[in-house]
Amino acid sequence: MNAVRHALGRIAAAVFLALVAAFFALPMLWLASAPFDAHPSITVSIPEFTLANFRAVLDNPYALGSIGNSVIQAGGAALIVVVLAALAAYALSRVRVPGRDVLLYVLLLLSSVVTGTAAMVPIFELASRLGLIDTHLGVILVVSGGLLPAAIFILKDFMDATPTSYEESARVFGASPLQILRHIVVPVVRPGLATIVVWAVASVWGGFLMQYILLRDPAKSPSAVILYTLYTEGGQPNLDLISTFSLLYSLPVVVMYLFVSGRYGFRLHGGLKQ
Amino acid sequence: MNTDAAGLGKRRAVGFVLPALVLIGVFLVFPALWTIYLGLTDYRLTGLAAADPQVVGVENYTTALGDDRFRNSLWLSVQYVLGSAVIGQAGLGFAIAWMLRGRRGPVRRVVEGLVLLSWILPSSVVAFLWIALLDRDGGTLNALLGTPGAAWLLDHPMLSIIVFNTWRGTAFSMMLYAAALETVPPSHLETARLAGASAFQQLRDVVLPRIKGHVLTNMLLISLWTFNDFTPFLITAGGPEGRSEILPFYVYTTALRGGQLGFGAAVSFLILLINLVFALAYLRLLRNRAPASALAPGRREASG
Amino acid sequence: MRRSPRSAPRPTPVAALTAVLAAAVLALASCGSDAPAEDGSVTLTITANAISGGKNAASADWIKQWVIPRFEAAQKAAGRDVRVLFQPNGVDDEQYKTKIALDLKSRTGADVIDVDGIWVGEFAQAGYIKPLAEVGGPGVDAWEGWSQIPQAVQGLGIFDGKKYGLPQGTDGRVLYYNKRLFAEAGLPGSWQPKSWQEIIDAGTALKKLPGVTPIQINAGTAMGEATTMQGALPLLAGTGTEVYSNGKWTGASQGLKDVLAFYRQIYGGGLGDPKLQQEAKGRDKSFAEFADGKIGILAEGDYFWRAVVEPKAGVAPMADRDQVVGYAKIPAREPGAGIRGQDFVSMSGGAVRVLNPFSKNPRQAWELLAFMHSAEALKAELAGAARVTSRTDVNAEVLSGDPMLTFIADEVLPVTAYRPGLAVYPQVSAALQEATAAAVSGTPPEEAASAYRAKVEGIVGGPGNVAD
Repeated sequence: MNAVRHALGRIAAAVFLALVAAFFALPMLWLASAPFDAHPSITVSIPEFTLANFRAVLDNPYALGSIGNSVIQAGGAALIVVVLAALAAYALSRVRVPGRDVLLYVLLLLSSVVTGTAAMVPIFELASRLGLIDTHLGVILVVSGGLLPAAIFILKDFMDATPTSYEESARVFGASPLQILRHIVVPVVRPGLATIVVWAVASVWGGFLMQYILLRDPAKSPSAVILYTLYTEGGQPNLDLISTFSLLYSLPVVVMYLFVSGRYGFRLHGGLKQ
Repeated sequence: MNTDAAGLGKRRAVGFVLPALVLIGVFLVFPALWTIYLGLTDYRLTGLAAADPQVVGVENYTTALGDDRFRNSLWLSVQYVLGSAVIGQAGLGFAIAWMLRGRRGPVRRVVEGLVLLSWILPSSVVAFLWIALLDRDGGTLNALLGTPGAAWLLDHPMLSIIVFNTWRGTAFSMMLYAAALETVPPSHLETARLAGASAFQQLRDVVLPRIKGHVLTNMLLISLWTFNDFTPFLITAGGPEGRSEILPFYVYTTALRGGQLGFGAAVSFLILLINLVFALAYLRLLRNRAPASALAPGRREASG
Repeated sequence: MRRSPRSAPRPTPVAALTAVLAAAVLALASCGSDAPAEDGSVTLTITANAISGGKNAASADWIKQWVIPRFEAAQKAAGRDVRVLFQPNGVDDEQYKTKIALDLKSRTGADVIDVDGIWVGEFAQAGYIKPLAEVGGPGVDAWEGWSQIPQAVQGLGIFDGKKYGLPQGTDGRVLYYNKRLFAEAGLPGSWQPKSWQEIIDAGTALKKLPGVTPIQINAGTAMGEATTMQGALPLLAGTGTEVYSNGKWTGASQGLKDVLAFYRQIYGGGLGDPKLQQEAKGRDKSFAEFADGKIGILAEGDYFWRAVVEPKAGVAPMADRDQVVGYAKIPAREPGAGIRGQDFVSMSGGAVRVLNPFSKNPRQAWELLAFMHSAEALKAELAGAARVTSRTDVNAEVLSGDPMLTFIADEVLPVTAYRPGLAVYPQVSAALQEATAAAVSGTPPEEAASAYRAKVEGIVGGPGNVAD
């Protein structure tokens, strides 16, 4: 009886996962066909096979460099966000600060105002007065400011959920708070940190408007900005270049995710929780 | 968890929080307050009102609230958030994370990779993907279903963008829940299973109490992001006849295309207030957010 | 925090990180303002919504490979050390406009700036730009080029009677038709309708062909300004109505009602595809369908000829464009009913270049601007391609090889009209788009027109600024 139920459960799970995979894969067919098509259109078709689109993208003076810029900006922002958020979340989790949850939530709400387009004038003026226009640092600081509240919010949950007994014993042995954070807390909340890194990179990777307004030199622009250059003067998309560039541009993030999830992510570390 | 187990002390705690607060203060709070102030003016990007903006008080707010189109957008946005974020992303994200827990190898990687890819592709590309899928003439979906000419985007615009945003944003919920489920000790689940608890009972009694905080966080965040999501504009342009004009499109079409930044800022602040209402509702639903680690063992004994 | 007994004696990494961050911001802030060059050399910057390998690539390449080296060399020959930099962009016009508006607002930005002629008024009102003569000095009025630019085209850069920018070129709107489909439907191979009724008649004949949409005149909000420029405004002009004249915006005028009724006739009578007007990528699709021989008549600008169905590099290339694609002037409602009593009408726009009033070297910036608008420079920019430039001397030379663009210059530009360059125009334009959308989906013209009127009153500050 139990074995039958078990088998049925496994079949149901397999069917469910297959459906999920199909649902998520189906829209991507276009990305699998268009880059290799000599004349891609907005519908999916069997391509008239060519690799010429890839050569055309490589010939674009900004395309490959822009992927490097995306890595710098997304990587820089992810690093700042994960380090600062981890420190802040740890302290907020362990020390009583009156009204901290309300404060955090107010910051989170404000972040939605700032990521909206209505805030571009204040952000531009701020960056302009701080001399941050046309710098990677400017982009990194502005986007980090918008991401931090959510990151602290998420990480604080992970910190709250870790038992404090290990920290107490480490303290008895004379470890400093930073040592405790690094050697005891970080390994335990590693899945949370990995989530934040992937989330931060993905958020910055697709960002367009702020990056465009803050940067002047296309040689510093990230891929999301360069992608828009591949439209005509009348706003029509150059589909052969756009589809090909999109494919190249998505790859680094997918690779990063597989690396992070395989290496640091969703795995239990040590015997802490067993 | 206010025990200060690591012996941080107030001063050092402030030192830990300070770098984040400085960055947030300069690059978030300051421009956000400035934006809220702009919402009280008739400020425009160009024209006479750019040279000499006037404070108009709550006029932008009364204009917005008195506009049928705003109220229509608000209602569509509520549907969009409930449908695509609360039911779609959170529901599907949890289901995938639960099904994949404990799995290793290619199945997990393929499913996670696909879900994630849909999240990280740039918006402009994603718009092409979905038009290729739902187009009435050559769309993949019509080819699969054998329904040539079915205009999904025109006949069911809200449903289309809700399904779209579920596809687009499930990755975050999946990742967050997957990470959260890692914090549920397998031994607790094992004990419950041996004690004869069904999958549903395990979820309710062992898992949910432990990840309640994550559920709340996830709901707050994805609602906030979904309220501000502009991506489907590239797929439906808010049409036909405004039937998919959610609030960010309203801001864009009535305020930013026309350059009325003051009005746009005011609507952004209204969106903030609506988010606050949603947040209070979630807090009510998921109250008693007691420390999970203290709760779980007790529940385990109760179910065992 | 060092007083805490458990803290390490050295500064904690947290404190160090904060210090580094603060120092970085401060250091960058202090070197933000650019110091004047010490060796007496001058640096000028040009910006445009053009970028190598992407949007308007030819224009970007021309600036980098022709304008900059030649201008620098000419200045050197005159004993001046001038360096010119180019700041490319490749985005939607609205985003580009935002960026340069932000730059000018904070009194920075390039010295020579490319803008759409329609922005001149709102930028001038905001104080972002100043009349050329005020910025560039006496050289401006003495420039040889003015005599070569027709008055109407100069109008692109004029606001309140003052010249703010040098026009680069202009364009015109026509009706394109597919000669092959016309032959199949028994229509003449050389077609020039003289009234709206003759467009309807041709559409009715085309309707018999299977799988063919007879007429595509842009409507609705999804197409944005393309609806206004290629649809609503030329049709309005065909009823003798201008959207803005004598300080008033047009309201629920008879002209507007006629336009909406015409839309109704096309899209309610099976002569057009109403769903296409609602799709987010409707315009792209209309191009693809025309190129595929699925649309009979299409109203578009000369951009369509140059960059869409262009046989080699177009986004919807037609190898046999020159044989298959015909073009005709847009007729007035009936002969003589158009603005200024015309039989035919069109709408035009075009880009201009302005000087940054906050430029540190305004005189040299003007020299650069004038250099970019010399006959020689314009010819180099075209690099063999045909396009209607602002200068008659250049047009006479470059257009002879392209009958379509000669047609635009000779037949269309004399009857064309321009949009009002005021800050509220984009909102009025959006209201017009909504009115056409309503007409296409079945709202009676009267009703759609009065809804439009109500909206415009709100936009332009009361009924006193609206005329019916």
